[in-house]
Amino acid sequence: MTKMLNSWKYAFKQAFKQAFRNRAMSIASMFSITAMLLILGLFFILVVNVSMVSETAKKQFDTIQVYLLDETTYEQASVMIADLNRMEGVSEATYQSAEEAMDKWKVKWGDNAYLLDGLDENPLPNSIIIKVTDLQEADAIVARVKTFDGIEDVKYYKDTVDQLMKITRFIQVGAMVVIVFLVIVSVIVVSNTVKLTVLAREREISIMKYVGATNWFIRGPFLIEGIFIGILSALISVGIISYIYYKITELIGPEIFIMLSTTMVPGEFLITHLVWIFLALGISIGASGSIISMRRFLDT
Amino acid sequence: MITFDNVTKSYGTNIGIQDVTVRIKKGDFVFLVGPSGAGKSTFVKLILKELTPDKGTIKLKDIEINRLSNRQIPKLRRSTGIVFQDFRLLPQKTVFENVAFAMEIVHMSQRAIRRQVPQVLSLVGISSKANKYPHELSAGEQQRVAIARAIINNPALLIADEPTGNLDPDTAWEIMRLLEQINYRGTTILMVTHAKDIVDKMEKRVIAIDKGRIVRDDASGCYGAYEDERLTGFLGGVFDKNAK
Repeated sequence: MTKMLNSWKYAFKQAFKQAFRNRAMSIASMFSITAMLLILGLFFILVVNVSMVSETAKKQFDTIQVYLLDETTYEQASVMIADLNRMEGVSEATYQSAEEAMDKWKVKWGDNAYLLDGLDENPLPNSIIIKVTDLQEADAIVARVKTFDGIEDVKYYKDTVDQLMKITRFIQVGAMVVIVFLVIVSVIVVSNTVKLTVLAREREISIMKYVGATNWFIRGPFLIEGIFIGILSALISVGIISYIYYKITELIGPEIFIMLSTTMVPGEFLITHLVWIFLALGISIGASGSIISMRRFLDT
Repeated sequence: MITFDNVTKSYGTNIGIQDVTVRIKKGDFVFLVGPSGAGKSTFVKLILKELTPDKGTIKLKDIEINRLSNRQIPKLRRSTGIVFQDFRLLPQKTVFENVAFAMEIVHMSQRAIRRQVPQVLSLVGISSKANKYPHELSAGEQQRVAIARAIINNPALLIADEPTGNLDPDTAWEIMRLLEQINYRGTTILMVTHAKDIVDKMEKRVIAIDKGRIVRDDASGCYGAYEDERLTGFLGGVFDKNAK
């Protein structure tokens, strides 16, 4: 037990000494991991935000508005509503009278609502508002609605949403490919950097083996050094990314987001997740980098 | 201590050592001599299990080392101190740390290290350089550090592979006296060497190898005539040519 403890103590002490004595190399690997994580993080942010925008958009466009002809009575509309409510994909169909629609407008216009008072006649039609559970079903619902009599027009945004979904999916898949690619590249870069340090110490390692060190005894400090560098890089890149992110949010300003009726993923939420993801990535890149690069020197 | 029984090791068609049977007792001081390529290195590498014999058995104490698995090699190495011609100190570590390293490998505590390392450093006469790095030391001093590292864990066997090869004669003799002193404390020493005058003056057991075979094994011998004959033969040839 104390023997184990002694070895751990040795490995930690050695790792930090090693990292310090090979400052240039340690900093080089730290830079390369940090750079990778930064690019990775930017893509991550992009994906998360695009997903969020498209989710918001989906929610906003999940209604179908059916404008009714003026002759259509409330009873006729009720029959349609009952019919629609039985359909798959419809979460709720409700009747909205012209007056109710006008009231909504007035609320929306707020202080300028008095302008609407000047209208002699309510220009808005009676309508049925259909909330759909799944946008994929919208086509079927619209087709059904169009068979009804007494319909003036059907408005829905499937095409817009479809377009948006396509773009979103493209960005998501593209970013995933880039992220996977970057992770692989960074493992290679790091293992090469570590290989250089190991190469510089090939003789040292062979001496250690002569004196009777086990492979894990030799590997231990390198492994801890790699993990330590990974952790540092993760923290640095999270720091930089959060700074950039807050700057961007600040720069765009709240007005534009309200205009687009969407928002960015809140910084705190993103950063807390990013910290764990980056720590995991940094540690595994650092550790696998050092283990991979040492393999060849530890073959007996 | 070391037992070779009909050991043969060849590299392809080249013979490393052939059918070697030899016994080295505990506490012996043995010189292993012979021309380059005679099989001295193979002999040492077999003891360290850097090589595995094609035939025969090698025993260290009572352990049949040709049967050890790779995982057990580190343990074997720890029970054997090794000193090389080129010292092989860890360049990034101080003298103290180099010696301490051998103790860290066997999981000794920092307290034990702080207690024992200075003792060994003073035994090899290098206490004042404890905080220097190897490149700041003379060759002789570096070899002392290497010896300190080799004996710190009290190995039963110390293998010295041409330990005086890079040293001037005076320093070489200092190192020899140090090895002799270690030998008096009960450590078996196997020293591979080309240094004729050292072998001749020490009057220890000499095992001579040539072309992979043991050609001579004297309890208290000298470097040997066979090489002198070769040398004179060679020089004679040169002189003959010159004469023509």
